[in-house]
Amino acid sequence: MTDAPRTHCELAIVGGGPAGLAAAALAAELGVETILFDEQPTPGGQIYRNIEANSRKHDALSNILGADYAKGLALVERFRRSGAAYEPLSAVWQVSAAGKLGVSRKGRAYLTRAGRVILATGAMERPVPIPGWTLPGVMGAGAAQTLMKASGLVPEEPTVIAGSGPLAYLVALQLMKAGAPLSAVIDTSQKGLFETGFAALPVLSGFGRDLLKGLSWMAALRKARIPVFSGRNLAVEGISRVEAVSFETRGKRQRLSASLLLLHEGVVPNNQITASLRCRHVWDTAQMAWRPWTDEWGATSTELVAVAGDGAGISGARAAAHRGRLAALDAACRIGRISRAERDERALPERRHLQREARFRAFLDSTYCPTEAVRRLADEAIACRCEEVTAGELRAFVAEGFTDINQLKSFSRCGMGQCQGRMCGGTVARVLAQSLETDMETVGYYRLRPPVKPLPVAQLAELGNAERDLRPSPLGVDGDPSQRV
Amino acid sequence: MTATDAIVIGGGIHGCCTALHLALRGLRTLVLEKNTVGRHASGVNAGGVRQLMRHQAEVPLSIAAMDAWERLDDLLGPDLARNCEFIGGVGQIGIAESEAEMEWCHARVAQMRSLGHEFEEVIDARELRRLVPAAADICRGGIISRRDGHANPFRTTQSFRLRAEQLGVRFMERTRVTGLEQGDRCWTVVTESGVFRADILINCGGAWAWQVAEMIGEHLPRTHFASTLMVTSRMPHFIDPVVIGIDRMLSFKQTEAGTVVIGGGVLGDPDLNSETADTVADRMVVSAQTVCEFFPILRRATIVRSWAGLEALMPDVIPVIGPSQVARNLWHAFGFSGHGFQLGPIVGSVIADLVATGENAIPIAAFNPGRFSSNDMLATTCIPDRKVSQEAGHE
Repeated sequence: MTDAPRTHCELAIVGGGPAGLAAAALAAELGVETILFDEQPTPGGQIYRNIEANSRKHDALSNILGADYAKGLALVERFRRSGAAYEPLSAVWQVSAAGKLGVSRKGRAYLTRAGRVILATGAMERPVPIPGWTLPGVMGAGAAQTLMKASGLVPEEPTVIAGSGPLAYLVALQLMKAGAPLSAVIDTSQKGLFETGFAALPVLSGFGRDLLKGLSWMAALRKARIPVFSGRNLAVEGISRVEAVSFETRGKRQRLSASLLLLHEGVVPNNQITASLRCRHVWDTAQMAWRPWTDEWGATSTELVAVAGDGAGISGARAAAHRGRLAALDAACRIGRISRAERDERALPERRHLQREARFRAFLDSTYCPTEAVRRLADEAIACRCEEVTAGELRAFVAEGFTDINQLKSFSRCGMGQCQGRMCGGTVARVLAQSLETDMETVGYYRLRPPVKPLPVAQLAELGNAERDLRPSPLGVDGDPSQRV
Repeated sequence: MTATDAIVIGGGIHGCCTALHLALRGLRTLVLEKNTVGRHASGVNAGGVRQLMRHQAEVPLSIAAMDAWERLDDLLGPDLARNCEFIGGVGQIGIAESEAEMEWCHARVAQMRSLGHEFEEVIDARELRRLVPAAADICRGGIISRRDGHANPFRTTQSFRLRAEQLGVRFMERTRVTGLEQGDRCWTVVTESGVFRADILINCGGAWAWQVAEMIGEHLPRTHFASTLMVTSRMPHFIDPVVIGIDRMLSFKQTEAGTVVIGGGVLGDPDLNSETADTVADRMVVSAQTVCEFFPILRRATIVRSWAGLEALMPDVIPVIGPSQVARNLWHAFGFSGHGFQLGPIVGSVIADLVATGENAIPIAAFNPGRFSSNDMLATTCIPDRKVSQEAGHE
């Protein structure tokens, strides 16, 4: 690892989770000059965050994080051996259609020009905008897991986990094992894993282990006497921070005290870069999220750009590695390192694995609906937390006749804050779709533009190898400053 | 189908303002907008309300516009006027960093005075510091127009639209004009959502105005461009005036929200057919260098977005305002070349006067649509679109 930025490569990969690691390793093994950019200090992404250090320790933490987490080590080791260049602590703030990446690393910005780009930006937790969700003490279950993986941090105050999906239960189990004072789990999925699992048995043949794993998590919680409620219509109570969470169960309202509330309603593709590239996107009705349209190799509607892993639609960590390798095979073929025949041949086992994973994913999608994240927001609920725009304010603009999501943005400033629309884009679109009684596809999404990560002005000013605009400038006629654009 | 006297094509600030003034003069008016009102340059420009350093031909219009900005209440009513977020009287300042630039300021002011215009004055380094404490030591002084300021472009355009609607103007958004025909008695305008007829037609089509003209065989320059802006996250309040460069690529203001909008005429890549533009963040490097050099406080700022608005660019960088060369009862108002926002409240009033009475006190001969040579019509190559071959994201 050098400190001189690499300004050219055949293949740039953005994101160091399973898809990015698998893609980079295979591409480099096939002789493609590859650079992997990742924001974290070490490889692994969110799912295998800090895997190298944690697996060296063999302490209580590795026990808690479990065997699935440990599997990430093989991916990282193969990547480390592959010869792919690795740029950790690097935020990619621009990907242009011409393959020009803007990167920010250690306080310096630079450009890297790539012949092809694979985006492996993964997923982000779906925001759960229930009343009071912006109070201190409320966070994502995935975020709590991240703190545990990265720094071994475990909550010390009474914790409630509320949500739907395997991760909510997994985090509950991990926190419990780590000794966190977990006081309850509120399951918002409205369907029991056991019932749906049983009904889906024909589909799930071969996934007994996965299903048993899920059931064993619940059994472990029961054994520890941690109450599991089935609840809906959650609301966070508190003045300056979370004090309690209330929910509806069996037709009546119940209230639980909590100092820490962890919400989770599944994950959605992190599609900021593909949106900024104006790639074609499709609304995934099963997963209730936008994803970039891709072909079977992960190629998008933008010539030089492919997407692999959860960024192209949620399919989980195991599938992500296979999808990363498919994108790498296609890149190696386009760059001329392997023939089409070899590409197709090497792809066969990856595709077989993927087909298998897809069956299980369909089951999970149908079981765990993000009910709390997609219900109608109360008027006072905050839709955009950066700019503190409520659902009621958005509805007022819609009532005035502003029916375009970007008009709402211009008027209310939603999506204009530090998160650049990541957190509120889906919520604002849904408020609009519900108001207009139309679908998400009709409403569309924010127009996004680079930088897709906040970029300090000083770093941009010192960008060494920027593109200078050499076209005749419309600035001024005959050099007269008063006759200018 | 209601009877219509006038149809305005284009729902930008000039289209909305023209419709408003036509309605004030008693004409039943319809606005046809292919996207949504304020979708392009009118809604996403830097919001500068600037008389400073304008082209001489525009000065009379600009002064009249400034009067209108200061009396927005009269035109829009207090609520809609407030909605424009117009802040006047903070001044726009062209900052000089060299002796040569200071000399230019003196010469410009002398020339403006000789023409009877008093609104610009030269300021020295001390006055500059008083007005703009955050300016770096390299700033020697400059040229100021003290009445100038800024407004929220999107809200301003919407306010004009809402006022026009109060006066009975009908707006049809997402309605694209596909054909024009002038019969003996009136214009027939064919759109995707029906056919409309009116005696008078006003072309405020911005970057697409030349296409409207082509429909009746009138050739006007086709050049368009996309000027890029970038915006920072919120910062503590540190500046009131709008500052621009004289020979340098500098242009910024701090908005009501505390964000800083930085421009400077950097080109984005327009995509006229997709009706959008791509911005290239790294192309803003010179702009970023300049603002840091002149205002070190901005080194700490963080850019969170860039955007660009599509706008028509005329070969002589001044707009087209006047009657069609080939057809009766057709007026053009477009081609503001990146500085039409401040003229927003006035151009429509000039057009409405000419339509209603044939007379107007403000000279607009310089903007005559017939002033272009055939070379100008071919000037599309002046700023080529630099597009990557890619399939646009259409289904």
